[in-house]
Amino acid sequence: MSVRGLAAELKGSPAAKIGASIAIATGLYGVSFGALSVASGLSFFQTMVLSLLLFSGGSQFAFIGVIAGGGSGVAAMSTSALLGIRNGVYGMQINALLHPSGWRRLAAAHVTIDESSATATGQTDPDEQKRGFWVAGLGIFILWNIMTAVGAVIGNALGDPKQWGLDGAAVAAFLGLLWPRIKAIQPAAIAVVCALVTLLAVPFVPPGVPILVAALVAGIIGWFRRGGTPSHAPGHIDDGLEPNIEPYRHSPGPSSEHSTPGTDGGQP
Amino acid sequence: MNLWFWVLVAAVVGYLTKLLGYLVPAKVLANPRMSRVAGTLTIGLLASLTVVNAAASGASVVVDARIGALVAAAIALWCKAPFLVVVLAGAGAAAGLRLLGWP
Repeated sequence: MSVRGLAAELKGSPAAKIGASIAIATGLYGVSFGALSVASGLSFFQTMVLSLLLFSGGSQFAFIGVIAGGGSGVAAMSTSALLGIRNGVYGMQINALLHPSGWRRLAAAHVTIDESSATATGQTDPDEQKRGFWVAGLGIFILWNIMTAVGAVIGNALGDPKQWGLDGAAVAAFLGLLWPRIKAIQPAAIAVVCALVTLLAVPFVPPGVPILVAALVAGIIGWFRRGGTPSHAPGHIDDGLEPNIEPYRHSPGPSSEHSTPGTDGGQP
Repeated sequence: MNLWFWVLVAAVVGYLTKLLGYLVPAKVLANPRMSRVAGTLTIGLLASLTVVNAAASGASVVVDARIGALVAAAIALWCKAPFLVVVLAGAGAAAGLRLLGWP
C-alpha cells in the first residue's frame, strides 16, 4: 500500500484516532520515566535501553523502583519480569485477533502493552482492531522513547532528585498505575493485603525482596480465586482483575473520535 | 552483578514474555487460571511497589515527605486528573513538605 493510501485509510478510522490519542497521552509521561530512572541511579543509556528494548511502562517503573529502594539488580529484573506476565496474556489475545505472521509477529510482540491491547480489543471490526493496535503500539513506542530521552536529560540536569520531590513522583506514578485497576472490592482487598504484606516484610528481608513476597501472595490468591470469567471471554466480569485494563476512558465507537488526549487518563 | 547485565536480562525476558503469548497454542488461551494469576499479580505488584516507594527506606519503614506525595496523588486520582498531573502532584507535595522541614 502506498504511503498516501495508508494515510487516507488511517484518517477515516475511529480506531486509529483512539490509538493516536492514547499514544500522545501515554507517550508524554515517558518524560516522568526518564527523569525518575536517572534519579534512581541508572545512566542515560541504561534508561534508554529500558524504554527501547523492555518497552512496558509498568515493568520499567518496577525496575527503577526496586533500584531506587536499594534493591539488587536481580530483584529489579524479577519484579519487572513478573509485572510483564500480563503482556504474555495480551499477546495471546492479539495473536487470536490479528494473526500476524513473519516479521510482523516479532514487531507486534514488541509493541504488545496495556494500551495497544486495550485499543485493539475495544474494537469489533478486524481491520479496525489491526489499525488501532498498530497506531497505538507504534505511536507510543516512538513518543515514549523520545520523551524518555527528554526526561533523562532533564533529570540529569536537576541535581538532587529529592529536592524536586522526584521520589514522591515515583510514589504517585505507581499509585496512578494501580488506580484504574481498583474497580471492585476484591481487587481493592488484594491491593491492601499485598501492601500490608510488603510493609511487614520490609524489616526482615533485603530491599526489593518484599515486592517479590507480595507477588507470591498475589499469585496464590489468583491461583485459588474462584469464579470470574477469563478476560478473553466475551462479556467477562469487568472488576479490574482481568489483566487487560483500559487505561484511558473512551467508548470504542465513533463518539470517541473527539476524545482529547491528556484529559482522560488514569480513570478509576 | 553489574546493573547493565540485569537491565539487559530484564529487556530480553520482557520481550520473550510478550512473544511467548504469540507462540503458545490457543489451548492455553482457554485456561482462565493463567489470566487470573496475571491479573492479581499485576495488582499485587503495583500495590507493593507503591508502598515500598512511599514508606520503605532500606530495611526500615519510615514516614517522611513521600507519604504526602501518596496522599496528593490519591487526591489527584480521585479528581480524575491525567497521569502526568498525578505525577506532578506527587513531586510537588514531596518537594513542598521538604521545604517545610520534613525529612
